[in-house]
Amino acid sequence: MTEATMETTRPSAWRKMLGNTGVMIGGTLLAVIVAIAVLAPVLAPHDPLAQDLTRRLLPPFWHDRAVPEHILGTDHLGRDYLSRMIHGARVSLGVGLGVILVSGAIGITLGLLAGYFGGWIDMVISFAITTRLSLPIVLVALAAVALGGASLTTLITVLGLLLWDRFAVVTRAAAQGLRHQEFIMGLRAIGASRARILFLEILPNMRATILVVVSLEVANVILLEAALSFLGLGVRPPTPSWGLMIAEGRDNILFDPWLIALPGSALCLLVLAVNLFGDGLRDITGPARK
Amino acid sequence: MLSFLSRRLFVAFCVCVTVSALSFALMFLSGDPAIAIAGAGGRAEDAEAIRIAYGFDRPLIVQYLDWIGSAVTGDLGQSIYFNLPVTEIIGNRVGVTLTLGFISFLVALAVAVPLGIAAALRPNGWIDRIALIIAVSGQAIPSFWLGLMAIVVFGVWYGMVPISGAESWQGFILPVIVLSYYAVPELMRITRSGMIDVLATDYVRAARAKGLPMHLVISRHALRNAVLPLVSLAAVQLGQLLSGSIVIESVFALNGLGRLAWESLLRSDLPVVQAIILVLSLLYVLLTTCADILNAVLDPRLRGAT
Repeated sequence: MTEATMETTRPSAWRKMLGNTGVMIGGTLLAVIVAIAVLAPVLAPHDPLAQDLTRRLLPPFWHDRAVPEHILGTDHLGRDYLSRMIHGARVSLGVGLGVILVSGAIGITLGLLAGYFGGWIDMVISFAITTRLSLPIVLVALAAVALGGASLTTLITVLGLLLWDRFAVVTRAAAQGLRHQEFIMGLRAIGASRARILFLEILPNMRATILVVVSLEVANVILLEAALSFLGLGVRPPTPSWGLMIAEGRDNILFDPWLIALPGSALCLLVLAVNLFGDGLRDITGPARK
Repeated sequence: MLSFLSRRLFVAFCVCVTVSALSFALMFLSGDPAIAIAGAGGRAEDAEAIRIAYGFDRPLIVQYLDWIGSAVTGDLGQSIYFNLPVTEIIGNRVGVTLTLGFISFLVALAVAVPLGIAAALRPNGWIDRIALIIAVSGQAIPSFWLGLMAIVVFGVWYGMVPISGAESWQGFILPVIVLSYYAVPELMRITRSGMIDVLATDYVRAARAKGLPMHLVISRHALRNAVLPLVSLAAVQLGQLLSGSIVIESVFALNGLGRLAWESLLRSDLPVVQAIILVLSLLYVLLTTCADILNAVLDPRLRGAT
């Protein structure tokens, strides 16, 4: 019986994914960007940190002054723009993933506890969520990164400690829905431990929901990292981050607007890919959207 | 109603206390605030002098009570950089942020609500599709980048608006458009789904069956009920517009609270940063609490729920 259901559900889930345009387009785009990030050292034609002050601000290929070895031109320090763009994908995706690991662990644990136990535990955790939502997130993140010493680790820790709210809200609601289900009652009746029920029974049952939140939050984190780096309090130079590249290109915005147009487009494309993928997943797994 | 009100206000009070403790604690994140203020090149004697001058040598709880005690009376401490009361500095800058936030909010509402209603009347129609495109692109485009590109196109290429600053009202045009663009998608989505729910109810069908014109059905019956979830979201959005304008203010060189906070961070003027975080958080609590109370007034059923 179980084998039969597995055989019918699994392929249909795949077929659903293949049939959803959002998942397909977003997923393909995302896969390409991930591949670029992973293969960055191989793909990048130049060292992203190597400066050449004799070849500063060379324009990209569509200009007359373009140089063939720098397809997307060079920045104000003569660094190859294409190589910096390629390595920038690593920073965006790396920060996105790192933050999600921290914030997801915090949010999911809190949400599970609040939803499953209810009572005063729920009150305390709901209060924590309300408090977190009232903090101005960009400002607190900026201040924490500035004071905590700017490094990639601080950035990931700070954002991870701040962005758990959506995970908590969603898992809390899902756990509330699951805790009175018969199979959970049955497990409690046979004396299964709380940890087992929470992490081995309830958690796997909400993985689709969690996956959707992960995609929404990755997009959110990528945009936030870019904004913090743009304000000079995120990723530190000379590390190539798209947000930082936009900040660095800002001084030459009058004559070389492509300096900000290129990394910005890359950001849009990445976030769009993540969002399309996530929205598609939500359409497949969740109840019909209104 | 009274018990709802008192319960809601009690929660709001607790959030305020926690938020104030958090913004106070932020100062100690760097380890020693005296060293942070003295700066990277500061000597140990300087740090020691600062520690005594600012009272950092006292127990934390005493410092917190002292800070929050004077904050309640409107004294948020002295700015280290300007050597002026923080309240005065914030007072000078808050106008720009409030103006920007409220105008953007009104613009966003004026765009989102009619679009949401139109999209709900014909789901999957062309207005609905345009609305969807606005929503999807709004979620993917970083606000600071959109701002910069808008400056390039409308300020530099076409010279239609000033490139930065807010000396004249024209300086607000681009920031308002960019900021409201990010509030539109959510407001529109909630108006749309609220309207779709309400339009499917029996009383709307009855109103249409008795021959009431569609615009009257919407304005008299449907909108009033569809607006409920919009009120909560609008409060959240307004709060986010006010606190989220930090990026936009720095892009367009507007001297608001956000830019002040950013500049103060760069020059380690911690009392100002602390105060701005506190003010923005309290503003958010105030807005969401008002929205909850307003909702309870509009819909008596909500008064029973927490």
